[in-house]
Amino acid sequence: MLLPKLLMLDDDLVEQIISEGIAILENPGVRVHNQEALELLANANAEVDFKTQIACIPERITRQALKTAPHEFTLFDLNGNPAVHYYGDKIHFDPGSGGLTIIDSQTERPRSPMTNDLIKFVKLVETLPQIDAQSTAFVCSDVVPEIGDLYRLYLALNYMNKPIITGAFRKDTWWTMKEMLSVVAGGDEALASKPTAVFDVCPSPPLLWSDTTCQNLIDCAHFLIPAQLISMPLAGATAPVTLAGAVVQHTAECLSGVVIHQLAKAGAPIVWGGSPAIFDMREGSTPMGAVETWMISSAYVQVGKALGLPTHAYMGMSDAKIVDTQCGLESMGSNFVAALSGANIISGCGMLDLESCLSYEKLVIDAEMIGMVKRFVKGIVVRDDPIALSLMQKSGHKGDFLTLPHTRKWYREEQYMTSEVIDRASFEGWKSRGEKSTFERARNRVEKLVATYQPNKITDEVRQELRAVTLRAANKFGMDTLPPLTQGD
Amino acid sequence: MINELFQKMAQSIIDGDSDVAIELAEQAVEQGTDPLEAISQGFVLGVNKVGEAFSNGDTFLPELVMAGEAMKAAVAALEPEMKKRGSERQMLGKVVLATVEGDIHEIGKTLVGTMLSAAGFQVIDLGVDVSSARIVEKTTTINANIVALSALLTTTMVKQCEVIEALEKAGLRKTVKVMVGGAPVTREWAQKIKADGYSEDAIDAVKVAKQVLGL
Repeated sequence: MLLPKLLMLDDDLVEQIISEGIAILENPGVRVHNQEALELLANANAEVDFKTQIACIPERITRQALKTAPHEFTLFDLNGNPAVHYYGDKIHFDPGSGGLTIIDSQTERPRSPMTNDLIKFVKLVETLPQIDAQSTAFVCSDVVPEIGDLYRLYLALNYMNKPIITGAFRKDTWWTMKEMLSVVAGGDEALASKPTAVFDVCPSPPLLWSDTTCQNLIDCAHFLIPAQLISMPLAGATAPVTLAGAVVQHTAECLSGVVIHQLAKAGAPIVWGGSPAIFDMREGSTPMGAVETWMISSAYVQVGKALGLPTHAYMGMSDAKIVDTQCGLESMGSNFVAALSGANIISGCGMLDLESCLSYEKLVIDAEMIGMVKRFVKGIVVRDDPIALSLMQKSGHKGDFLTLPHTRKWYREEQYMTSEVIDRASFEGWKSRGEKSTFERARNRVEKLVATYQPNKITDEVRQELRAVTLRAANKFGMDTLPPLTQGD
Repeated sequence: MINELFQKMAQSIIDGDSDVAIELAEQAVEQGTDPLEAISQGFVLGVNKVGEAFSNGDTFLPELVMAGEAMKAAVAALEPEMKKRGSERQMLGKVVLATVEGDIHEIGKTLVGTMLSAAGFQVIDLGVDVSSARIVEKTTTINANIVALSALLTTTMVKQCEVIEALEKAGLRKTVKVMVGGAPVTREWAQKIKADGYSEDAIDAVKVAKQVLGL
């Protein structure tokens, strides 16, 4: 059976991109602003200049790291069930992350998000079956910025059951976040054997590992917590303008990440991911909705697969400022490309405005897109043999398929059943339901879904411990109390 | 015991399983159960359950139609016994159903028929491409309460108007209500041709049918 698939590069081009990426690590090498990583590289006999903090990594070391990096791993939900399998062409979806604003459901314009917004967002993600994992979607403005990263995880852990894609903004906060995950999992070993979270680690283009992100990468390796490489070449600004050139830079940056990570702990799980974009030559912005951005992402996913690594992409997003037509068309195009490229996890649903804003309404609209693309990549399946001959001979010219058990047996497999967010009524039907726009239908569905949210199963003891860990971190930065969590949860 | 049978009857409708529904109907007759009770306390509960699930968006047309088919089969299996007992199922009304002349589109019309009969209307489905004369004739002979007309094309929609005029000429317009539906048909059109009811879809048709009869 043919599964629909998208390949941007032929085999020779993939090989050339990989060999150029490897050659870049040899010369000019990669900038590593982290002492521990430089020592790891020096001990492995890379050519390290501790003064300029540049490491030139010979091909042998890179090839060795690719040998020890695992080809697959699984993320588990808080009940211990497998939820996201990073493997082959399997696809999963989680919301965009690191947003700074949220679209207000009433004014339809962005505003600063607060604690209750993130709680609502996490609950909403739990109720959407199309979405496989949580993300630490946005930073809450009612806590000090220094704990912005860990506070997101604290809130998410209180309300989520699905696994989570997260990330730390500082070296010390990574440890607090690891402690939280460990508290919920029941210890570091339990967390390592059934990881519930992935940490995004982002090299800076071109070819730079900052102290913070590099340390996060190494610490993840030591604790066997999966790390996700988010290389972000900006084609035409911080990376070559040619799409193939941007993919080469992405390859070099990710390869350097794999090397440092595997030197820290061979066999630790790592993901070939990214968030590249073209540089918009009019606005000077980083459009995630640009078709060329999708092409770079699709191509690097193909490179990652050729290297036998689990893959990730930041796709399914829009640059529109409100949930409008542009928002829909960019998200759908991007989701399709990502799914057809077989990225194991696709982060981006619910997100708009150049990776800076989230929307509840966009999330439930995107969930429908995801339902559609998941259906699409399952392909056209032969359910019976012969396909339809016996059925047509039996039914003759009656056209009574709606009444046949065959229809009842297969229709839910064959058709993705959309929610009321997608309008397929007749004009009169649409009219009689109040002539609602997509946004209005989505807004109604958000409220309906959030009301069905079921709390996770972590104990009160664990909740208290989580709060204590978070409060200790907050105290360090001059915050005496934490905002209260929603009553009655 | 009898409650268990009623539950199974309801379940056979929910499962849309005509064979099981017929089997249970026959079993009820053998046991001497009142066929009217079998319908009202058994099978109908299944129809209601499926209708409810459909309205909530938990279940879809295939389940709904198959439930309707199973209901029809069950009632048919009980009919000889009802005749024997001289009892008759209290019907909500008699409906003459047709797709108008020149139009061979069937699905919507048949769906409406299934839903109406599952809800307790007696439906006489004349099929597709039915002339006004034939509709008038049938309406007269069975003394119908409702004439329900389907049309899928803008070109055949006008025939709905023609049927209403024919009913008027035959002096039936005071005693029979007319419902119209079909893709190009709108509420405005229904008002324009002086139809009594318009329904957007097959589910709504049941509501409209009850409404026009004041039930």
